[in-house]
Amino acid sequence: MDVRVQDDDAVSLRTQKAELPLYVTRIKVYPRAITGLWRRVKWAVLVLLLGIYYLVPWLRWDRGPDAPSQAILIDLDGRRGWFFDVVIWPQEIYFVTGFLILGAFGLFFASSLFGRVWCGFTCPQTVWTDLYMMVERLIEGDRNERMRLDRQPMSAGKAARKTLKHAAWLAIAAATGGAWVFYFVDAPTTLVKIFRGAASMEVYAFVGLFTATTYVLAGWAREQVCTYMCPWPRFQAAMLDEQSLIVTYQKWRGEPRGKHKAGDSWEGKGDCVDCRLCIAVCPTGIDIRDGQQIECIGCGLCIDACTQTMEKVGRPLDLIRWDTLADQQAKEKGGSTAAARWRPVRPRTLLYAGLLCIVAAVMSVAFFLRTDTELTVQRDRSPNFVRLSNGDIRNSYTVKILNKRRLEQHFQIALEGLPSAALGFVGAEVEGSGNAARLTVHPDAVGTFRVFVTVPAAAAPVGSKSITFAVREDAHGSRASHDAVFVGPAR
Amino acid sequence: MPTKIEKDTLSGQNTTGHEWDGVKELNTPLPTWWVYTFYACIAFGIVYSALYPAWPWLNWHSKGLLGYSSRVELKQELDAQAKARAAFVDRIRATPLADIKKNPELFNFAVAGGRSAFQTNCMQCHGAGGAGSKGFPNLVDDDWMWGGSVDQIYTTIQHGIRNADDKSRQSMMPRFGVDGMLTSAQVAAVTDYVLSLSGKGKATPEGAKIFQEQCVACHKADGKGNQELGAPNLTDGIWLYGGDRDSIYRSIFYARNGSMPAWSGRLDEATMKMLAIYVHSLGGGR
Repeated sequence: MDVRVQDDDAVSLRTQKAELPLYVTRIKVYPRAITGLWRRVKWAVLVLLLGIYYLVPWLRWDRGPDAPSQAILIDLDGRRGWFFDVVIWPQEIYFVTGFLILGAFGLFFASSLFGRVWCGFTCPQTVWTDLYMMVERLIEGDRNERMRLDRQPMSAGKAARKTLKHAAWLAIAAATGGAWVFYFVDAPTTLVKIFRGAASMEVYAFVGLFTATTYVLAGWAREQVCTYMCPWPRFQAAMLDEQSLIVTYQKWRGEPRGKHKAGDSWEGKGDCVDCRLCIAVCPTGIDIRDGQQIECIGCGLCIDACTQTMEKVGRPLDLIRWDTLADQQAKEKGGSTAAARWRPVRPRTLLYAGLLCIVAAVMSVAFFLRTDTELTVQRDRSPNFVRLSNGDIRNSYTVKILNKRRLEQHFQIALEGLPSAALGFVGAEVEGSGNAARLTVHPDAVGTFRVFVTVPAAAAPVGSKSITFAVREDAHGSRASHDAVFVGPAR
Repeated sequence: MPTKIEKDTLSGQNTTGHEWDGVKELNTPLPTWWVYTFYACIAFGIVYSALYPAWPWLNWHSKGLLGYSSRVELKQELDAQAKARAAFVDRIRATPLADIKKNPELFNFAVAGGRSAFQTNCMQCHGAGGAGSKGFPNLVDDDWMWGGSVDQIYTTIQHGIRNADDKSRQSMMPRFGVDGMLTSAQVAAVTDYVLSLSGKGKATPEGAKIFQEQCVACHKADGKGNQELGAPNLTDGIWLYGGDRDSIYRSIFYARNGSMPAWSGRLDEATMKMLAIYVHSLGGGR
């Protein structure tokens, strides 16, 4: 590891780019290793998130012999989402939508409080890039060794190191791509199939795709993804305000910056000793002392770097710290004693938190009210009604009964709102006839029936009348109902 | 051409040198890989347009080196579909009509297949939902001229009505008025009698007498008709050609002899069976 306190060669990308033409070749960033509080937080988050990602498909969950035993499985062919004891059918996909909406509002909420905490700590791009950088450091050494290695002409040693690094990267990438498909197919059996060449084309295609994107994005593209590709940095500015906690260089304290020798007076000098360590550790290659900039992902590594330097030169810590713009403006005007109180509770955060709670409440209610029996009724509109030879009026309906239980059920159907109605059925799975018919629906399946509702001419409504279909299964207490209308001739 | 590149004081970035009425543009360089990606897309486009049909001309277009055509692909997909369906279609063909209903899987397949065939071949006359229209029977109600059992429906589909097919359902209502068998007054009298059969209007003894002489052979003494002969029931509320006095008068005076094509030569056996099951399931089936 690089042990110097200073890093004079570190120059921000902006400075390096200043004199360049319309197109620039990517200037490689060589982030330097650093230790400190935020680095430790980042490692902890990385272990947690990657652990979840790689291991969750291997969780087993006993659901009986005729259901998958994977705790979390999105079975696209079978059109079921398995989440422990919860089974999501395609028509309940709104739960997924709900999760995405919660995720979006959660992101807005976190951004308005803590700035780009998502980008800096939890974004997959950041997490995998961090992992890749760690592997790179293990194999090629820290910043200066890597820079030296890249400047050297090709040699056996250099080739060996580079090959080793890319092989390690590809191995991680393949594991990442593999773990992705394991959320959609049974993990243990598919893993064996993949190595035996017996998995489906789709499996290989998606493993290949995610292997390629992981390798390219985390190995090669890195900060380019955040700076050029990702839309989030562009519009998250709308969530930040002067009360958001962001990584801040305290200019009023740091300037005028300059080299400082031990024993020199600090009179007339800022606390910044221009060690450039903050630039050297930055994964996106910026100089935080330039102020807020779009490239900053808010990872806090420059805070660790500055803390290390401030400890060494014996000045107060937190020259670079999480702070609000409001506080910095107050300090610039009134000096170190002035401070603007941080207001985490403000209209913006209240709004986001409120939306978060409302959506969460709606989704929870929808989730806890979901039943394992559902009924849908669709009325034939062509023709609107049929006049039978004896003058009776008949409407036809397509009735679907969703039986989410894993056992066969026999439903009785009843009609409310039309007392004189007689029911008739077409369908192979109808026992009995008329109003006493029982409809058989197979386990974990949808039963479709055509139901004819006939009323005597005298009892037929003029125009349309609201009615309700209700099904019930007494053996298991399943119940569902659905509103519909019965249309009679306009007199 | 860039004229004067200068450093922007606020951002410290260079301008491109372009200026429009005092508005200057900052030079924020694109990454080179981005430009290469753009070039790669162009190269892809060129290769693609050589491999696949792409370039149009007035009466011609380039066919592409791979010989791909969306029509061929469609045909392949349809063939694949037909192959996938073949197992079911074979079972439909091998299963007697009455037994299809007992097998839920086969029955659902037949209803779906019948619906699809109906939308292609039958809806032109009988309507999308089978409700028919004036002169074209309603298949949803419970009134059948030639019988509403699934076998009778199947026969009607196979051979049709009043056409050149050998086994076509045949019958002919006389043109009582046109051919001078009845006078206008007599037609009017029997019209009133027919109306009275379904409880409308008042019949005269003369109308009843003419009905007994001329009509009961087919429509039976009680007017309930005869499905063997396709003679409709005159006592119910369903009228193929209209149930008002004028329409019935015209039906007797000019006669109505609607026809339906035989489908035997045009549709295969399994399709006709599925059609019969579907029509039977529409609600009127007996």
